[in-house]
Amino acid sequence: MAELDLAEVGLRAVNQQLHALSRESNDLDWRLLNPLGRHSIAVGLDAPAKVTVEGHAGFYCGGMNKQAEIIIEGHAGPGVAENMMSGTVRVKGNASQSAGATGHGGLLVIEGDASSRCGISMKGIDIVVGGSVGHMSAFMAQLGTLVICGDAGEALGDSIYEAKLFVRGKVESLGADCIEKEMTPEHLETLGSLLERAGIDADPEDFRRYGSARKLYNFDVDHADAY
Amino acid sequence: MCGIVGFFTKNPEFESRLGEHLSSMLIEMSDRGPDSAGVAIYRDPAPKESVKLALFSADDAFPWKPLAKEMTKSLGHKADVEVRASHAIIVVHGDLDGVRAWLGEHHPELRVMSAGSTIEIYKEKGLPKDVVRRFALREITGTHALGHTRMATESAVTTQHSHPFSTGLDLCLVHNGSLSNHNRLRRRLERDGVEFQTDNDTEVAAGYLTWRLRQGASLDEALEAAIRDLDGFYTFAIGTKNGFAVLRDPIACKHAVLAETDDWVAMATEYRSIATLPGADKARIWEPVPARIYSWGRA
Amino acid sequence: MDPDTPRTTPRKSALFDDYTLSEIRRAASTGIYDIRGGGSKRRLPHFDDLLFLGASMSRYPLEGYRERCDTGVVLGTRFAKTPLELKIPITIAGMSFGSLSGQAKEALGRGANAAGTSTTTGDGGMTPEERGHSKQLVYQYLPSRYGMNPDDLRKADAIEVVVGQGAKPGGGGMLLGQKISDRVAEMRTLPKGIDQRSACRHPDWTGPDDLEIKIQELREITNWEKPIYIKIGGARPYYDTALSVKAGADVVVVDGMQGGTAATQEVFIEHVGQPTLACVRPAVQALKDLDMHRRVQLIVSGGIRNGADVAKALALGADAVSIGTAALVALGDNDPHWEDEYRQLGTTAGAYDDWHEGRDPAGISTQDPELAKRLDPVRAGRRLANYLGVMTLEAQTIARACGKTHLHNLEPEDLVAVTVEAAAMAQVPLAGTDWIPGRGY
Repeated sequence: MAELDLAEVGLRAVNQQLHALSRESNDLDWRLLNPLGRHSIAVGLDAPAKVTVEGHAGFYCGGMNKQAEIIIEGHAGPGVAENMMSGTVRVKGNASQSAGATGHGGLLVIEGDASSRCGISMKGIDIVVGGSVGHMSAFMAQLGTLVICGDAGEALGDSIYEAKLFVRGKVESLGADCIEKEMTPEHLETLGSLLERAGIDADPEDFRRYGSARKLYNFDVDHADAY
Repeated sequence: MCGIVGFFTKNPEFESRLGEHLSSMLIEMSDRGPDSAGVAIYRDPAPKESVKLALFSADDAFPWKPLAKEMTKSLGHKADVEVRASHAIIVVHGDLDGVRAWLGEHHPELRVMSAGSTIEIYKEKGLPKDVVRRFALREITGTHALGHTRMATESAVTTQHSHPFSTGLDLCLVHNGSLSNHNRLRRRLERDGVEFQTDNDTEVAAGYLTWRLRQGASLDEALEAAIRDLDGFYTFAIGTKNGFAVLRDPIACKHAVLAETDDWVAMATEYRSIATLPGADKARIWEPVPARIYSWGRA
Repeated sequence: MDPDTPRTTPRKSALFDDYTLSEIRRAASTGIYDIRGGGSKRRLPHFDDLLFLGASMSRYPLEGYRERCDTGVVLGTRFAKTPLELKIPITIAGMSFGSLSGQAKEALGRGANAAGTSTTTGDGGMTPEERGHSKQLVYQYLPSRYGMNPDDLRKADAIEVVVGQGAKPGGGGMLLGQKISDRVAEMRTLPKGIDQRSACRHPDWTGPDDLEIKIQELREITNWEKPIYIKIGGARPYYDTALSVKAGADVVVVDGMQGGTAATQEVFIEHVGQPTLACVRPAVQALKDLDMHRRVQLIVSGGIRNGADVAKALALGADAVSIGTAALVALGDNDPHWEDEYRQLGTTAGAYDDWHEGRDPAGISTQDPELAKRLDPVRAGRRLANYLGVMTLEAQTIARACGKTHLHNLEPEDLVAVTVEAAAMAQVPLAGTDWIPGRGY
């Protein structure tokens, strides 16, 4: 296991070392000390490394991640795992807004709460939130799955495309074109395996499913007020 | 577009290190606001029936001591002055309106940055670290404080355009964001007698609160009304005599983090400002939800 | 009525002209605003309203065909390890695969390569063909993040963070579903054939203070190598340029309201934003006030058509210009050759702007394989290269006549204006006078 102290060597050096990793690297288990809310920690990784951030991270931690498993032992700032392609990002605490924004793949687990715009414009990423999410979550969500074990704030899934949303608690309100949908055995299975991968103990039967009514997919004058 | 920091002591032991903590928090927000920086410090209540004013002079060599003498002589009560770079704190017996009128008549070149019993506002152009050094902020003690670093959006970079903006006795406002209806609102408030020194959007928000408070609203009521009447993006922190309040607009794009321990409450635009405070690693940390007023105070 | 009574000639309203009347009828019938491509079509003060003062006695011209007049420009000298070195100060603006056919994108790449300049991706990601055909490729970072991925980010020669567009500052678009083909749908992770509603704000930052952090992330991911451009719509060019610099831009792109778009509301194109001519001086002034003129490069776009426009934009302080609409015309867009087919679409060559409908007879703004096949990328690329060459020669001709050995040595003082409006906007004197109306910035 290798250790890097952000306070000592600085962000650039840390990211450079992490970028240099590949499948063949000797040590693929890294601990990053003293994150102290710094931004852009462990962004743009592309190796099957395990990177543990020992504390709270600032903006965009794990941004554009590929392959790597990134664990944040604290809270994460805005845009954690933004545009992730593959791999895993796990936040032990809470995440600020736009968690997993535009993510194309991989798994983002937030053990605590996520703030507003969780999963905004998501494009294939799977996100599991142990707690609740704020307003405008899954706004324009295109693809992927957002699992919310707590409650969802206002306007969940506004202008949603083909992403799937599962909520265990209450939903303050649904956004335009987002509706509750039937939970089929297939969905229960998807949800169950996702919860399991996320390591979150919850019964899929307790969740409701939401998705697109697809009424805004092609312009219709009678739905104009929803745009 | 800016950085905001706030520090409120619960444990009196932290009062002696208020300036030190605030300064570190402020400097951490330099990237967000390289144009100017300012703070509002709450400390040393003025004696009963006295007022405390923070004055600014554009003239670095302004004769503050003679001013105090002149005030003492003219107003019939002793005026105390403490100079900090381009600012001076004047404590004088009397009512605020009388003191203001005297200043307006005899020293129209001076700007009143704040007035009240405990508030002291210091603000200047330049990088936060330079502002901290110029005002020797690290050594300042107090019960609580707000700070602001500014990246000017649409108005000029001057001392007057810097935050915090005073909004009434012992009240001030700092802002991160950009308002979209401040010009029309400014004209309406001006008709009702609210005076503005700049074209800055935040000053309109401050003037708006002043106007509501003047009409008899409580701070919470004034902020509730602000949610209706102010358009645009904002995170506000409002300093009060006894504490501070935080409010984000209903869309809530501009960030804010709150942290609390048994010893203190801290607020900042980004967590990194809070990260190095003593006990930060054990603090309860959360993000204020949109359109909800958070406030702290001591009785 | 007495047949000898003189009749009033029927008089059409200037206010309710035929176009306005047809728009009212169309809106009443369909219930949706008009969506179209292109830029502003109305008459606006423009570079045509400026003239150069060639050399005579007080200054000496350079020999037109012999003495050097350099045209190269380096973009991204502030922070990037590898700035972009272009042979000419004319770049190709961002236009997406999706809005344009693959053949058209290839032709743009070929033309730009031959001329020694860069092309730019658009909303929808980078195609391998595009990367392959463009030696110097700028990768746009847009609110939608369609197709955004770190591999392409690292393959790019520069990154352009798009905050706004001249055709629609403050807006996203609504692209109707006809052009969302299988491949476009896959690149954008959208179902085929649906209308695409684009976001107007980025999903994970708002404002220049957050953008600074976003730019740091992009630089960290790409090892601080790539120049980072910020593209803004010409609305508040002074403040927006200043804030772009504060947010950490290497290059600022200011797109005036004549700048084109693949598709947005007509009302947006014609009623929001400032003419390109009015954007240049405030943007330059912002750079000067921050002591960043020439250190952060300024690219101006929106209605650049010929070497004179290029020379004038540079004289006003730009480091380079960018072309979109003009490049498409060079490829063959709106060519009278296809007049019969334009008529079938209810329009005429030169007026065709329904780029979003994907039925472009010239095979450029379409995803229809049959139509797209009409454009030969090699020949169209050659046409673009020719056109870029002509623009450059024209700009050099003017610069030499003004005695300059480099296009960048052109100055505002080399210009006069023929209208009061242009004099005010460009802040150059009205011809024959020393009067600069309304000197602001």
